[in-house]
Amino acid sequence: MATYGTNGRRVAIVAGLRTPFARAGTDLSSLTAQELGRTVVAELLQRTAVEGEEIDGVVFGTVVPSVLAPNIAREVALLPMLPKGIPAYTVSRACASANQAITDAADQIVLGHSNVLIAGGAESLSNIPILHSRRFSETLVRASKAKSAGARVKTLARTRPRDLVPITPAIAEPSTGETMGESAEKMAKLNHISREEQDQFALRSHRLAAAGTQDGRLTAEIMPFYVPPKYEIVETRDNGIRTDTNLEALQALKPVFDRRYGTVTAGNSSPLTDGAAAVILMSDERAAALGYKPLAYIRSYAYAALDPGEQLLQAPVLAAPVALRRAGLSLRDIDLVEMHEAFAAQVLSNLEGFESRKWAERAGFSHPVGEVDRSRLNVMGGSIAIGHPFGATGARITMTLAHELRRRGGQFGLMTVCAAGGMGFAMVLEAA
Amino acid sequence: MSIATIPYASRALSLDVDNGIAVVTLDVPDESVNTLGPAVVEEFTALLDRIERDSAMSAVVFMSGKPENFIAGADIQQFTAINSASEGEALSRSGQAVMDRIERLRTPMVAAIHGACLGGGLEMALACAYRIATDHPKTMLALPEVTLGVIPGAGGTQRLPRTVGLRNALDMILTGKNVRAKKALSMGLIDELVHPAILRDVAVDRARKLADGTIARAGRKRRSRGITNLALEGTPMGRRVVFNKARDGVVEKTHGHYPAPLAAIEAVRAGYDQGSERGFAEEARLFGEMSVTEVCRQLVYLFFATTALKKDNGVGVPVDPLPVDKIGILGAGFMGAGIASVAAGRGTVVRLKDADTARVSHGLRAVNDVLREQLVKKRITRREFEDEISLVGGTVDYSGFQNVDLLVEAVFEDLALKQQVLREAEEVIPGDAIYASNTSTIPITRIAEASKRPEQVLGMHFFSPVHRMPLLEVIVTATTTAVVTVTAVAYGKKLGKHVIVVNDGPGFYTTRTLAAFMNEAGHLLDEGVAIDALDKALVDFGFPVGPITLMDEVGLDVGAKVGQVLLEAFGERLSPAASLARAVAAGRVGRKGGKGFYLYDSPGGKKRGVDESVYELLPTGSNRVEVPVAEMQQRCVLAMVNEAARCLEEGILRSERDGDVGAVFGIGFPPFRGGPFRYVKTVGANNIIRQLELYHSRFAPRFEPARALVEMAEKGRGHGEPV
Repeated sequence: MATYGTNGRRVAIVAGLRTPFARAGTDLSSLTAQELGRTVVAELLQRTAVEGEEIDGVVFGTVVPSVLAPNIAREVALLPMLPKGIPAYTVSRACASANQAITDAADQIVLGHSNVLIAGGAESLSNIPILHSRRFSETLVRASKAKSAGARVKTLARTRPRDLVPITPAIAEPSTGETMGESAEKMAKLNHISREEQDQFALRSHRLAAAGTQDGRLTAEIMPFYVPPKYEIVETRDNGIRTDTNLEALQALKPVFDRRYGTVTAGNSSPLTDGAAAVILMSDERAAALGYKPLAYIRSYAYAALDPGEQLLQAPVLAAPVALRRAGLSLRDIDLVEMHEAFAAQVLSNLEGFESRKWAERAGFSHPVGEVDRSRLNVMGGSIAIGHPFGATGARITMTLAHELRRRGGQFGLMTVCAAGGMGFAMVLEAA
Repeated sequence: MSIATIPYASRALSLDVDNGIAVVTLDVPDESVNTLGPAVVEEFTALLDRIERDSAMSAVVFMSGKPENFIAGADIQQFTAINSASEGEALSRSGQAVMDRIERLRTPMVAAIHGACLGGGLEMALACAYRIATDHPKTMLALPEVTLGVIPGAGGTQRLPRTVGLRNALDMILTGKNVRAKKALSMGLIDELVHPAILRDVAVDRARKLADGTIARAGRKRRSRGITNLALEGTPMGRRVVFNKARDGVVEKTHGHYPAPLAAIEAVRAGYDQGSERGFAEEARLFGEMSVTEVCRQLVYLFFATTALKKDNGVGVPVDPLPVDKIGILGAGFMGAGIASVAAGRGTVVRLKDADTARVSHGLRAVNDVLREQLVKKRITRREFEDEISLVGGTVDYSGFQNVDLLVEAVFEDLALKQQVLREAEEVIPGDAIYASNTSTIPITRIAEASKRPEQVLGMHFFSPVHRMPLLEVIVTATTTAVVTVTAVAYGKKLGKHVIVVNDGPGFYTTRTLAAFMNEAGHLLDEGVAIDALDKALVDFGFPVGPITLMDEVGLDVGAKVGQVLLEAFGERLSPAASLARAVAAGRVGRKGGKGFYLYDSPGGKKRGVDESVYELLPTGSNRVEVPVAEMQQRCVLAMVNEAARCLEEGILRSERDGDVGAVFGIGFPPFRGGPFRYVKTVGANNIIRQLELYHSRFAPRFEPARALVEMAEKGRGHGEPV
């Protein structure tokens, strides 16, 4: 029995837009997450003609924060075409950050606090903060407090060469020290996911994404990005999608996280990517009053978590049945499924988990979610091919699902996202 | 705050006493800015008398009661009443006397400045014992007198150098530039910067400390250090270098047409070479001299004309303009991008469309370049730059046009194309959106034929480069409604332009008169004059560039097209010259193609010398004919003036004022001559007619005197008519 928003406060997704997703270090590398976020929202506002005065809030997700502008959502809300009084905040739930932003915004609508919000996420993995070692940081702080030039020099002179070695953030779990790739490797072994299966899945991702790019379905949600300051590059598509890749090429790659027995490679993992994505959410009533036709409604959502040391990226298996129950639906009712592809091994593990009685019982259900019809799964590819800007992916998947659901005339869509920290997210959309 | 308030009945000044500190606030009634006219000055001196005589007063704080304006300068109306140099000198003397009085007050005066502090207002502040200003974007200080053809006449040429140093002072006085708060502080022009909310409190505190001797009077303190400075400003020889350099700079920039900056240098110099008393005397004398020059008359006329234009809403009856928060621009070329950059600079959301992403890219690049230049010159902050860039969204389709308030069409100059985009756009834009074409020649009525809502259609003719050229020519048709007109005019003003409204016709006003001017230059080329001699003659007359250089700038192909349009509309008298046609036929398009009548480094690059090879194409080939400079000047200028008069008589132009402003700010007519109609007045209509008739006899059908000019001559508008 669906309950979310049925108090007359259904949440409509009215529009969605994203930047092209570009591999880190390529065409979008000169832009910060803040600039990417601001650009996509400015364009979303231009295209939808939503009046600034209508907007009640902005929530954004980002994983690697900028130290100078930690509240990226507020910087987006301070775009000059918007009134200055729009409250905004930034959330972080690893790869599900944008989802968190969207569900937070949706909750405000259901609560009756707000009627129109912008929610999304942005990430620039080309621009990661490089940290000083703790010793050197302390030295700098002490030097800045020094009372005289002489004292300052003395403080700085205590620096040793090893203090200057910077700390580069690794995408590793603080509690276990495992990188995500290592976790995916472990999951592949535990769940018996073969190299062959992973490579096939990666190939599938690229092929379908290439087709979606070719026929314009995937690119329909992408804004042409004119790269400042020279504007010589205009990015109109996700530049990580390979139109030419084949199984041989994938098979030739060496495993990255376990040289000896590993199966996870760069080819069957999602790449480091820059990009931003945002949606406009409205209460059903406000959408009608303003003359906007919804794309889809948020019918339900759920978050779940498990021990990161166990199977870091398996939590979507725990979240999906909860979301389905909250939607009053079962997998049979779902016309389209979008699953975030952090790694092929992870998606395939999640799919296996959906069919597992053991995992169902762990989630508190007597029956497994079921077997996902592959013809309804990631029909235009997924993060492996499209790219994965951590903080933005959740919004990308939401808009892709909503758009394609409408295109196919489907009624219900299910999306799942795995997140570092051992967390998972699932959401059910209902076509408008 | 005030312990005792002496009841003070005054129109412009109010007095508030704070423990012996007299706080004087100036708020000229019924005016949006404070100006120093004779009535205000009289009130002020009377008040100073009272304050000085009152032993309970120890110091004075002077402030403005206007929200964002200190003092905008002297009342310019006074200038028009000056009939002789000695009258001008007397006016200056009286101003100097007031400032001297301030400087010598028993009760030292502190100037508390918020907002624009210009001309006489700054001279007054310079005479004060101490200057405090607010750290605010609206706070700026300047001595802009040279822009009106005079020099600072209330001691500015003497006090400013002593306060900020010789070179800073010359820079300010000779350019009239605005100096912002932070710069003013660093150059010593003001002594302290404070937040606006504590201006009064800090000023009162400083006044108190001045009175009891805790702090010293300003201006008698630090000179800037530095060897260069000492060498240049501390020694007579060094100063001679500075003065000569300044002089040379002025002559180069003004081609000798503007005497005021040179006079200003003389006044400043007199103070250094002959002592302060002689300096003030020279200032007054030179002020008087400048105030009766023709140049001053014309510049003051233009000042009043543009001020009146600011108050003119474009239709003459009260109509409220509609808000313009978002504009759509069709065409991301030079003009479209230029308009986008200015619009974004004033906070408008812009939707910039062109046919493909490459063109949109170029447009966005152009916008970025214009705004970046402002960032580099520190006119805008980084945050403002980023915000302004984010206001411009590029597109290859009509997405984002569904909520524009105004659409500016800046596509290629072709009627069929313009009609087509109009039809397309009208499908998407709101029904009450205004449709404005940036065409420079095609009658708006023709374009509007394709419109379902012709009453919403008008022309908004911007000039290139849009961020620098101050004119906007709004062209209305018989059906354009009043609210559309006032909205377009109001928006043009918001973009910082001088806006004239003209009625529809081929070439409107500016293009038509400019074409007549350039055609005549072309005819002179046909006769065999040397290109550089011709251009030099018109630059000597006062145009910023010569007509042939201008032709290359505009584009020879564009010029030819314009010529065709005007030939069809007006006949032989506006027929383009053979030289232009031949150059175009030979594939020369001007600067954008790297090759025109002049040579260029590269397409769009720097101009080099005349391309000698072009002469082979022209009627007289390698034979050069010398035409007297005066004739070259007169023929070109009178062609323009005559055509301007026709525009007036045909009702294209609504007034002579619009014609003068349009020509000066849009097509380079020498400002020191006031404009084409002012020129007629100055030279004398009958003299103009005589000259036209002489040329007409030689070059018919060109130069047939316009009826409007004949009427002016008959009405006796002769030489020396009061301005």
